[in-house]
Amino acid sequence: MYKLGIDVGGTNTDAVIINQQREVVAEVKHPTTNDVYEGILCAIREVLEISGVDRKEIRQTMLGTTQCTNAIVERKHLAKVGLIRIGAPATTGIPPMVDWPEDIQAVVEDYVVIRGGFEFDGKELSPLDTEAARAFLERMKGKVQSIAIASVFSTIRNDHELAIAQLCREVMGEDIHISISSEIGSMGLIERENATILNAALYRVAQQLTEGFAKSLVEEGISNAEVYLSQNDGTLMTMEHARRYPILTIACGPTNSIRGASYLSQVKDAIVIDVGGTTTDLGVIQNEFPRESSIAATIGGVRTNFRMPDIISIGLGGGSIVRQGPDGQVTVGPDSVGYRITSEALVFGGKTVTATDIAVRLGMAELGNPSLAAGIDEDFARRAMDVIRNMVEECIDSLKLSNEDVDVILVGGGSIVLPKDLAGTAHVYNPEHFGCANAIGSAISKVSGNYEQLIDYNQIPRDQALEQAKEQAVKLAVDAGAIPETVEIIEVEDVPLAYCVGNTCRVRVKAAGDLT
Amino acid sequence: MRKIGLKEVDDIALGASLLGAGGGGDPYYGKLMAIGAIKERGAVDLISPDEVPDDAIIMPIAMMGAPTVLCEKGTGGNEYQVIYDIVSQYLGKSVYAVMPMEAGGVNSMLPIAAAARLGLPMVDCDGMGRAFPELQMVTFTIGGVSATPMALTDEKGNSAIFNTITNKWTEELARAVTMSCGGSVTVGLYIMTGATMKAYGVKNIVTRSEMLGRAIRSVKDQPELTPEDAFLKASEGYRLFRGKIVDVLRETNGAFNLGHVILEGIGDFKGQKAEVSFQNENLAAVVNGEIRATVPDLICLVDTETFTPVTTEALKYGKRVLVVGLKCYEMWRTPKGLELVCPRYFGVDTDYIPLEERVKGGAV
Repeated sequence: MYKLGIDVGGTNTDAVIINQQREVVAEVKHPTTNDVYEGILCAIREVLEISGVDRKEIRQTMLGTTQCTNAIVERKHLAKVGLIRIGAPATTGIPPMVDWPEDIQAVVEDYVVIRGGFEFDGKELSPLDTEAARAFLERMKGKVQSIAIASVFSTIRNDHELAIAQLCREVMGEDIHISISSEIGSMGLIERENATILNAALYRVAQQLTEGFAKSLVEEGISNAEVYLSQNDGTLMTMEHARRYPILTIACGPTNSIRGASYLSQVKDAIVIDVGGTTTDLGVIQNEFPRESSIAATIGGVRTNFRMPDIISIGLGGGSIVRQGPDGQVTVGPDSVGYRITSEALVFGGKTVTATDIAVRLGMAELGNPSLAAGIDEDFARRAMDVIRNMVEECIDSLKLSNEDVDVILVGGGSIVLPKDLAGTAHVYNPEHFGCANAIGSAISKVSGNYEQLIDYNQIPRDQALEQAKEQAVKLAVDAGAIPETVEIIEVEDVPLAYCVGNTCRVRVKAAGDLT
Repeated sequence: MRKIGLKEVDDIALGASLLGAGGGGDPYYGKLMAIGAIKERGAVDLISPDEVPDDAIIMPIAMMGAPTVLCEKGTGGNEYQVIYDIVSQYLGKSVYAVMPMEAGGVNSMLPIAAAARLGLPMVDCDGMGRAFPELQMVTFTIGGVSATPMALTDEKGNSAIFNTITNKWTEELARAVTMSCGGSVTVGLYIMTGATMKAYGVKNIVTRSEMLGRAIRSVKDQPELTPEDAFLKASEGYRLFRGKIVDVLRETNGAFNLGHVILEGIGDFKGQKAEVSFQNENLAAVVNGEIRATVPDLICLVDTETFTPVTTEALKYGKRVLVVGLKCYEMWRTPKGLELVCPRYFGVDTDYIPLEERVKGGAV
């Protein structure tokens, strides 16, 4: 039995095959093509060929892709959406999409703000105006195939969202695509509503993506495999789930890379530095999962409240151009020769001094023809390396939570340009197969179960309630395909409904385990 | 008189987060309300205090309650009309213009939304010139203006008008009603005449906010100045320290975000240490054991690269910040002003010495 992991990035499509012992059998990199599937197909073909693995023996395939992110950023292939906000007479002071860039506002065909929603204590803010919703849905019939629904405090009670979703199916038919905010975002109505609209607009991209991937697998003779998509929290979702919540694939690339690096080096807590050709991403792995950022994530100019991995990106990579300014100062990047490194860097016979040439000149790496870099002045090379060191050390420091030294894992094709004795670090790991950490992260991803419920601690004591919730989450993870012995609780959250009669809390538990 | 449109709102919001002096909260939802109102009703007329007749009624507008609730419910948009109606009726005279009560954080934005929705002008003036944590900490208190009659309304249309014997009572009663109304309400308070506003208000503060916001955005566009010098010049700020945050010590105490942040010098401050204490807003900056600035002067921490203000909630290890002191409004430096906002009131055991004098004593 083998797993096939694929990661579609902006520059490369990576594919890896790992065996039952979770060892890497083969890895390939293929340039990402305009038609994404062509790149995926080529990568699959190559990796199968190199590994010599029988196609029938591939039982699981995992895909991590930037297609949904790209669709939003490039405003391409987005579907028209009808939006119902439930919350009047509150919220009307901030109309939907009020601070969106104009070109993406067009995804919303029309919206309505109806009466309904809840107060912070779970009390009804206003009775739900189903008639207004019905009139709007009748109007949207034939105009849109996707409806977004967002209600005030739906993170505390989503009854009104569910009622309108039901009404929506009645009026527009079972085939209508519905996105409800309580399943997508957290507190903060505007950010949650924004994410829900984007999710609704992605339904066609999600359809094409899932169908296209399934089709390319069948074409390649991989017909015995279960198919999964990577989510930004480092777990997998089924194709069915991905069709409903495509927005959850946003930013899964950095997450996969961080998890892959952790897996390859067998280190559970560290700072991961992924050095590409043009940029370096730095993130933090905590107990095998990426640390989440506390800052609101902006996707294509739209503010959402997704929990994204806490990533710092800097303009430093293997292809970064190294120069000396008129004032004598040495600079590295942010511009890069990018994928043209194999023809433009000195060591490959080119004319541009890149960070890679500096590393070769200083004997830190052997690549291309080292004698071609011998002409670089040694003092200049050392000063350039100091610049690189400072850039990275400063980032490491800003990701740390205290003054203590941390472990660092270096991955990515460009990581040869970094010195190994970085300040503030305890141990620097250079795992094997570091070039394909993304695809590996995708292949070793876990499946999760999320359980969420309002529980009155006066009726069920907290300890008992949390225990029950954990059991439910574990069960959901097992139902999703996790091996029972591997399931672990990765997140427990209980938020009291403040100033509420009784002692009601919103309990949320997330469990994750390995796929069989 | 001039117009405040969408672009101005962006700059004012950024400037307001600097004048928050670490507090005042993220003006984001306030900004959305201002944008929403301007898009629906058009740009707002900003009038200078001198344009206001002495006998005109001026009403500061603010929100009260939990920011978390505001980020779910926003406002309805009709609240300002409700407040306008009950106040005008109560006084037997129409409100002439609105104004902000504080220049920092979310409350810097609500009066813009109110002015747009009411079709009234907004006066270029506030009662703090910064952000402060308590209701009575406004210059109008120095002038003997009472917080009440205070009008309060929720988005559902429930409203009340308070007449209280002290500001402490105002705070207590209003908080109770706010919770019953769902945790976040709009209020009109410290209602006063044009003459009082001119005598005690912090004039041209909205324009200053806007100028500060614009300056932060363009610090890198001035060829003859370094970004830091450009920022200091535009903000008329005193550079107190430049350093990296090495520790943030927080305590929780009821509604306040209390603690202090320890900084290690970088650049020309290498080898030096500093400490900034805060209670929602920054209270005192100590460099190498010596106090360099205290409340009521403004102590602002800004990112050393982008010069965007760093609020006390966002302080974290590793962040590189410039600590800047800005002079407070002169009235806070008078005995009556210091009675309300002296360092000792906030638990900082020192007399107030103006920022510029403290800085002169050191080696900056």
